[in-house]
Amino acid sequence: MSDEFDRLKDAMKAATPAPDAARREANIAAALKNFDAHQENTAAPRPTSDRPEGAGLMTGVFKMFSKLSTNAALIGSTSVAALLFGIYIANPFQPGATLPESPPRVGVTASELAAQNGNGEAAQPTTPATDDRVATANAPATAPLAPATGRDQPVIDTTSEANGRARETYAITADASPREEDAGASNVYSTAPEPAEMAETAAGQNFAPRVAAPLASGMVMPLAPTTADIVIHQMENTEEFANDDPNPVHVTTENPVSTFAADVDTASWAIARSSLMNGYLPGPDTVRIEEMVNYFPYDYAAPAAGEGPFRPSITVMQTPWNPNTQLVRIALQGEMPAIEGRPPLNLVFLIDTSGSMQGADRLGLLKQSLRLMLGELRPEDQVAIVAYAGSAGQVLEPTPAAERATILAALDRLEAGGSTAGQAGLQQAYTIASQMMAEGEVARVLLATDGDFNVGISDPEALKDYIATQRETGVYLSVLGFGRGNLDDATMQALAQNGNGQAAYIDTLIEAQKVLVDQLTGALFPIANDVKIQVEWNPAMVAEYRLIGYETRALAREDFNNDRVDAGELGAGHAMTALYEITAPGSPALLNDALRYATAAPESESGELGFLRLRYKAPGEDSSQLLETPILQPETSAPDADAQFAAAIAGFGQILRDPKYLGDWGIEDAIALAVGARGQDAFGYRAEAISLMRLAGALLPR
Amino acid sequence: METSDEDLAQAAAGGDRAAFALLLERHYNRILGLAFRLCGRRADAEDLTQDICAALPAKLANWRGQARFTTWLYRVVVNATHDARRRAATRAKAANGWGDWEKSRRAAQTEAAEAQDWLQAAMAQLGDDLRDTLALTLGEDLTQAEAAEVLGVSEGTIAWRISDAKKKLRAMAAEEGAA
Repeated sequence: MSDEFDRLKDAMKAATPAPDAARREANIAAALKNFDAHQENTAAPRPTSDRPEGAGLMTGVFKMFSKLSTNAALIGSTSVAALLFGIYIANPFQPGATLPESPPRVGVTASELAAQNGNGEAAQPTTPATDDRVATANAPATAPLAPATGRDQPVIDTTSEANGRARETYAITADASPREEDAGASNVYSTAPEPAEMAETAAGQNFAPRVAAPLASGMVMPLAPTTADIVIHQMENTEEFANDDPNPVHVTTENPVSTFAADVDTASWAIARSSLMNGYLPGPDTVRIEEMVNYFPYDYAAPAAGEGPFRPSITVMQTPWNPNTQLVRIALQGEMPAIEGRPPLNLVFLIDTSGSMQGADRLGLLKQSLRLMLGELRPEDQVAIVAYAGSAGQVLEPTPAAERATILAALDRLEAGGSTAGQAGLQQAYTIASQMMAEGEVARVLLATDGDFNVGISDPEALKDYIATQRETGVYLSVLGFGRGNLDDATMQALAQNGNGQAAYIDTLIEAQKVLVDQLTGALFPIANDVKIQVEWNPAMVAEYRLIGYETRALAREDFNNDRVDAGELGAGHAMTALYEITAPGSPALLNDALRYATAAPESESGELGFLRLRYKAPGEDSSQLLETPILQPETSAPDADAQFAAAIAGFGQILRDPKYLGDWGIEDAIALAVGARGQDAFGYRAEAISLMRLAGALLPR
Repeated sequence: METSDEDLAQAAAGGDRAAFALLLERHYNRILGLAFRLCGRRADAEDLTQDICAALPAKLANWRGQARFTTWLYRVVVNATHDARRRAATRAKAANGWGDWEKSRRAAQTEAAEAQDWLQAAMAQLGDDLRDTLALTLGEDLTQAEAAEVLGVSEGTIAWRISDAKKKLRAMAAEEGAA
């Protein structure tokens, strides 16, 4: 019967590890350090001399007096104060006897004054005590353990009776938390035995409930120091960001091929902007340089009709931060299909209405953003809304975009509350999207969330497979991120990448305008799937190279030709920019010394820096097509403004992330380069970028 | 005669550094042991112990002398474990399985899980409540009443949990015998 128990017990005792001596020592030392810090914090004298430990109610009143200037007002308010104190003493048993929190009125009339004086005298038996207490309160604290001495015995008698009552009252609140050591300052009330202290506590509590805890802990401190003074509860920041280590410099002879997937996301720039606008530098992990560079529109040549879904263009320019290296810009410009003839859109807004979405920068901004977007839709487009919080539910059945009022009304009904059942919501949204999609139409789920999926994911693998299966049926998934603090950027990136979609972060209505209105077509109409980029560098011309950004998009070399490997998507009109920093053989900027025993790089007559290969699938197709073009050393190097601006942003991104390859090149140089390369800037994005770079310059450590 | 834990705690709460150091010396192994039985992995237990040690000065400030010091300390450890479990569960639910970056982490977890022996398997199968109960009654030799006080449940609940655990363990043993 108890065999199992004995066995478990023995196993348990045997398995218990012996403490690691070093760890034990370190932990104990850390605890003692905290102990000392704690003593310092609690035992330190109060910063203002007017709050001695015996003071409570009366110092507050005194402070009030010092704010009043005219004699009449002083007299008037004195009597008001006396009157109030009289009431307080006279009715100690009155439940919830409170003192007004606001200071007495200053402009009292003469008759009021007279009446109040009269009342004040009526309360005469207690007012002398008041005066005495005032004197005590005003004097510096001399005896911390016995703040109220026997001088005003009658008052103590009265209040200690009140104390009995107060104890009852506070015992209830204090016991509300079953966890004793977490109950914090509130427990002070139920246990501190000194009557005078209790009176003070009660008075403090009545006077201003919000400040009662620190006040009380200050007063009973010598007996029971509490954590109220030092523990500041901060909202836990649970943000998660997807990133890898920055790409290293590769030696071409050892590793000539670089492969990565296309990426047109822009979330990282918007996240950096939201950090900077809030006055702090974005964390290095939040910076994905390719997303920052790709945030900006560039004037790349669009493919000619019948040429293919996109056109690659290659520019070689001087690296701004290193005179001995060159930057190779590889740009892809997607075609802009005729907007008139586009197929009807079927959109399912999947809206996270969990409690964490509460707030003007989340659900509020989301509603405004979708309202903006609605204006861009055609009458024949269809919209459905699924909201998910504790449970998922269809808020709006598929409705033609022409019925604007119906859709807007459904949006307005959304309210935040509850936890987040992300999986049920996604499944329902996909079901609705596939029902809405007729032959030849485009369906897309637009997931708007702060990324906090906290309930309902019973089987993550199954959900991931589910999204991937839905991708095959032609339903795409885009993710719009909102809000900071619990932004799960990592989950959002993974969702969008598995769902063939883009991830964008919406921090302002202006960003919503850019993502949902200006670039609506690109965000919603795919033109090429699984776009992969491979560059083979020519060791005769390029000794070392480094891809700037795209860390999260790296592909294995052999996956380039494998059509089963998922990669990035390009939407209509999307452009993508990738930057390589290359170093020629013999350049003083080489970071790796030549190997003594390696075979020397072959001489090359071609003059080619490298060879670019691209693979993509037309939407709906399973096999990929190959595009190839050599990267030639340009005759003249006069880089256009676009290339320079992209370089400035790439430099800025590296400053934020890891400036180790930049040498002395700093934020001022990045700003100067960006200012010189503003170009047309019809939408003002580049001007905004320059302002943000200057802001970052002020925040960066010198 | 040795100063009692309760007196030491009282002194430490009042700011006596030596008392606090002595108290921690006496009970460090106890904290680690219980943390290990509650979370089942040495690395987790070590981390948890570090957190508890760091937070102990602040928590001790609320020491009331209403319970035995060890009971109070067990409660601190149990609560810290519960917080850690909650955090881990939320994190796992939020991030699990969403992408490649997750795969390596999970592979590591699987390895660790395989390395766990019969004890870990048994404890993991029992569920958190039963596990807490057994860690205290079997691992720390507490009475049912003491365990009830630490966990903040009634004595009856503890008795029920123990009989439930017995049933489950017997079933597990039977399964093992059959296998």
